[in-house]
Amino acid sequence: MADKKKTGLLASIGDSQIWKSIFRTGVPVTRRQRMMGVLNSVFLHLHPVRLPKHAVKLKYTWCMGGLSFFLFLVLTISGILLMFYYRPTVEYAYTDIMDLSEQVPLGIMREIHRWGAHAMVIAVWLHMFRVFMTGSYKPPREFNWAVGVIMLFLTLLLSFTGYLLPWDQLAIWAITVGANMARATPFLGHEGPGASLLAIGDINLVSMTSDIRFALLGGRFVGEGALLRFYVLHCVGLPFIIAILMAVHFWRVRKDGGISTPV
Amino acid sequence: MKRRKFITWLSVGWLAFAGATGGFFTMIIRFLFPNVLFEPPQSFKVGFPSDFQLNQVDERFKQSQAVWLVRTAEGMYALSTVCTHLGCTPNWLITDNKFKCPCHGSGFRKSGINFEGPAPRPLERYRIVLAEDGQVLVDKSVKFQYEKGQWDSPEAFLTT
Repeated sequence: MADKKKTGLLASIGDSQIWKSIFRTGVPVTRRQRMMGVLNSVFLHLHPVRLPKHAVKLKYTWCMGGLSFFLFLVLTISGILLMFYYRPTVEYAYTDIMDLSEQVPLGIMREIHRWGAHAMVIAVWLHMFRVFMTGSYKPPREFNWAVGVIMLFLTLLLSFTGYLLPWDQLAIWAITVGANMARATPFLGHEGPGASLLAIGDINLVSMTSDIRFALLGGRFVGEGALLRFYVLHCVGLPFIIAILMAVHFWRVRKDGGISTPV
Repeated sequence: MKRRKFITWLSVGWLAFAGATGGFFTMIIRFLFPNVLFEPPQSFKVGFPSDFQLNQVDERFKQSQAVWLVRTAEGMYALSTVCTHLGCTPNWLITDNKFKCPCHGSGFRKSGINFEGPAPRPLERYRIVLAEDGQVLVDKSVKFQYEKGQWDSPEAFLTT
């Protein structure tokens, strides 16, 4: 009797206009319905409709690509939560980080973000290693490998920009050292090769206050401008670019013939 | 409209579009370079030569201006506190009579010459002259590098 009533309730929900307007295919029974269910969902359609059996074997993929994406989601959610408490100014940045572990409820969100960031860098490297060792970078997947290399670079840049935000001695000097490398950029850095060629008479076009390092830091040294710029890049600029590339990356995995097959 | 006229207007349209797009990108790049910096001024007075003790490294302007001032029997010079390895700030160790960088261990003599660690060249010196009122003026916008022979320049060393 109870079973019958439950089936009736489920059936009436499934028959309602709200349910049908969201899930158009109904309960999938046939293969075609299952396929349509995946194709008609914006979230599921990035994923393949059908997977070969070998593709779900942990010993082949290590699940490192999926873990990288999972960690990106963890970092996005925890990062947005941190933004409610953190102020990117010289006056408040360091004390806000202290408060995040001492005053904010549960006090673990910053640690989740930090450890998740370390884990994501490791997962991305292991994913690259797996793809390389299984030869999955070869045609027809060479474009997706190139997209992956750019995303590796963006992951490291996200890590680098996030490094400055605690605004402690380690952060300031690490970014000072890191940003000084930009001085040696060919033509764009004021101490780099070719920079002295870009001059009109005695006036150097690429100088301490007009080179690529100056644009990155928003000043001559790591200060207020650099903190704000790194914050914006870390929270908005770089995640925006990497999210677009991730959509391309997942879509191309499927379009290039799915996960590579062990030979 | 004649075909010739249509193609003319089409190219004018595309050129205008390309020009506008290029202009916007130029504006975006230029936007990243601020006109005003809220940083300490590059040249400043540090006091009279007699304010500085003989053969001592004066650290009063290290924090605010990133400069060490050294007075010897012959005169004075202004050393940059930026390590020539990767840009950290070394410490003046008075007992060891040397500058020692905490990051990677580069060591410099009191003159600024490197003698240990990974630093590839001596510390830089800044322009140092006497102002009209007799005070010592340090100008950080002009720097002198030993390896380029610039320390022999008259403004790299203030003879007192």
